[in-house]
Amino acid sequence: MVEVTMPPCFEMRGLSKRFGATAALDGVDLCVAPGEAHALVGENGAGKSTLMKILAGAERADAGEMRLAGRAYRPSDPLDARRRGIAMIYQELSLADHLTVEENISLGLEPSRGGVVRFRFARERARAALAQLGHGDLPAGARTGGLSVAERQVVEIARAVATGCRVLVLDEPTSSLGQADVVRLFALIGRLKKQDVGVVYISHFIEEVKRVGDRYTVLRDGAVAGGGRTEEATVDGIVSLMIGRRLERLYPRTRRAPGEEVLRLENLSGVERPTGACLALRRGEVLGIAGLIGAGRTELLRAVFGLDAVKSGRVAVGAAAFRPSPPDMLKAGAGFLSEDRKGEGLAVGMSVAENMVLSRPGGVGRFGFVAPRRVRAAAGAWSARLGIRCRDTSDACAALSGGNQQKVAMARLLYQDADVLLLDEPTRGIDVASKAQIYGLIDRLACGADRARACAVLMVSSYLPELLGMCDRIAVMCRGRLGEARPAAEWDEQSLLRAAAAGEAA
Amino acid sequence: MSGGARRGGFRLPGALGPMLGLGAVLLFFGFLAPPSFATLANMQTVARQSAIVGTAALGMTLVIISGGIDLSVGSVIALTTVVIAYLLKTAGMHPLAAALLGVGAGAWCGLVTGLLVTQLRMVPFIVTLGMMLVIRGVAKNIADEKKIDAPLTGLNRLLAAGGAWDWPPGVWLVIGMAVIVAGLLRYTVFGRHVFAVGSNAQTARLCGVRVDEVRALVYTLGGTFAGLAGVMQFSRLTVGDPTVAIGKELDVIAAVVIGGGSLAGGEGSVPGSLIGALIMTVIRNGCSQMGLPTWVQEVVTGGIIVLAVAVDSLRHRLRR
Repeated sequence: MVEVTMPPCFEMRGLSKRFGATAALDGVDLCVAPGEAHALVGENGAGKSTLMKILAGAERADAGEMRLAGRAYRPSDPLDARRRGIAMIYQELSLADHLTVEENISLGLEPSRGGVVRFRFARERARAALAQLGHGDLPAGARTGGLSVAERQVVEIARAVATGCRVLVLDEPTSSLGQADVVRLFALIGRLKKQDVGVVYISHFIEEVKRVGDRYTVLRDGAVAGGGRTEEATVDGIVSLMIGRRLERLYPRTRRAPGEEVLRLENLSGVERPTGACLALRRGEVLGIAGLIGAGRTELLRAVFGLDAVKSGRVAVGAAAFRPSPPDMLKAGAGFLSEDRKGEGLAVGMSVAENMVLSRPGGVGRFGFVAPRRVRAAAGAWSARLGIRCRDTSDACAALSGGNQQKVAMARLLYQDADVLLLDEPTRGIDVASKAQIYGLIDRLACGADRARACAVLMVSSYLPELLGMCDRIAVMCRGRLGEARPAAEWDEQSLLRAAAAGEAA
Repeated sequence: MSGGARRGGFRLPGALGPMLGLGAVLLFFGFLAPPSFATLANMQTVARQSAIVGTAALGMTLVIISGGIDLSVGSVIALTTVVIAYLLKTAGMHPLAAALLGVGAGAWCGLVTGLLVTQLRMVPFIVTLGMMLVIRGVAKNIADEKKIDAPLTGLNRLLAAGGAWDWPPGVWLVIGMAVIVAGLLRYTVFGRHVFAVGSNAQTARLCGVRVDEVRALVYTLGGTFAGLAGVMQFSRLTVGDPTVAIGKELDVIAAVVIGGGSLAGGEGSVPGSLIGALIMTVIRNGCSQMGLPTWVQEVVTGGIIVLAVAVDSLRHRLRR
């Protein structure tokens, strides 16, 4: 229904962007008309967020040009982009929790006379923006910290609308919304379209893309893989554009012999996610968990390890079943690798050696004392075995590359002699060579090459080829629910994506 | 549920918690302390004794709402007394001019702090810890490590005791400044930005708030009010003393925290901070009237600080 006859809302031509040796974007074209909802889809790392960062002025393209309402557009910074009518709604919402709805909507562009806020005008403008979005019932004086996720999202969109945005970018807006709120959000997007706002809708949920988008563009490996009108597209068609062909084969698979059950989840529920997760993991097996960002995979691992509160259900490690807490889980022989390497995976200010022995200090001294020589000896041995590249194990972890940091984090689990490894995105943000080493390590652990007994590995990853290549079984998580674990051979990328996006076992 | 000591204005529910606390300590001492406690004259004494901490707390309220901290307040107070005394004695300046230059010295210290925090991206705690020592040292240098005797001037009447209904100008000055700062927080764009920066600096920046400018200005105002507190300190001392007000910054921070300020930023109120200052003075005054030793005051004041923060965090958890 939208034809590009009037000047497009914005237009990108031949955008390219390199980060070091990798091309994040390679000659991308994108054109969005006023009143059009344009869906941008692609796998993690396909370049969607880089593209939108360039639009919002947070990154600058190496080559290519942009036009906004027919005129050349080169934002100097995010503020400049905002002033010119580009609004981004990020997945992690950005509101000042202590301020009221109206204060958040006005923030940065408060109507004022001589430095004094024009209250009535500000409140009316905020109310008008909320009403325009069909949420006039939201009290302008309420503190945003007390609002629900959906309401907070509305406040952010209202902030964009109140100051006259022409382009609204929504990044995975429904990943943390319930069904009713999703419906309301779609109605809101419909209203914005009628007001000639150009909407860019980034989502993994292909069904949503078909419902919301007028047209779609698929990004793959930094280039446009295809696009068109959503009404003419099929879910399968979009998915196969996202996947394309792949050649990688870097996943070693020694013959593994699954043994006895070592980890069992019995109806495990967290505060929000997961809900009623059941799973049995056996020794000598790698079990993968697929799912979209926000599906609750990390929350599942954290709940299993007792890092997040468990509402109901139990975790059984070996013979003992209990409500998990990190000390109990460590004692039972479980080890956890965080997806947030710098934030919580490692103490980056501490040395390589100190990080390695952190979860089993008893191994390097007795009666609460730590023998520096034993720390060094242990660290030296493990860093040699894992090929960690540092000048000395007394170097701070902060000085290491991402891949080497990840190996330090893995070395800790090995030094701890963990039986059950809970790995959250074990290869996120590391180079291919390190990835291959991590894959090799996981494989050796699972087949028991280095230890008397094989380990059990539970691994979360957003990178589907990695899951398909490494795992014996794979379960898909969707909106907090963990699906049935099936042999990896029964899955392919297409069926995994469908299950993750649709919530049905395809 | 959206109450709390969040706003800078005089909306009473904002400072309701501290207000109840003040009522409680007043009642407590009203019953237990000798009759001399519950007199208008003693209340005036309490107000006078609160003036110095209260004035500095006005600036500290801004700093803490913006998510910062200023440990150099005590040193700024000392520097100001020294500067005023020096100007009065050596330069023979008009008292008002001397006082203004003293406040200017405080403002300048605050500006330096603000620039260090914003331009060098350093943690306020460390910057102001350093400034605390530097300013104290400079004050000692100006005073040649001695007290500077200054001639008695009108400045010394600022906090002098008056008749029952004739409260000294310094107390009125604090009240007047409090109204201005509360208005600043409540009614101006700058005030909103102070809250926004303290609540979520990232968001504020994204929305076009000039975060660095707001922070630098907040520290400058903090220094200015510390300077004004220094004028009051001088008026009571009548000398310039480089060793005065050591540790006073902690009283000032405590006043803001008792009054509902959050060291994580985004929360705090002017009436709350003033009431916080009053609560601490009342405890001190009441305990000494009851003839209790100073260690009791210290234990009680410390307990109140912890209690105030505990109540606040409980309230936050209930709101979730």
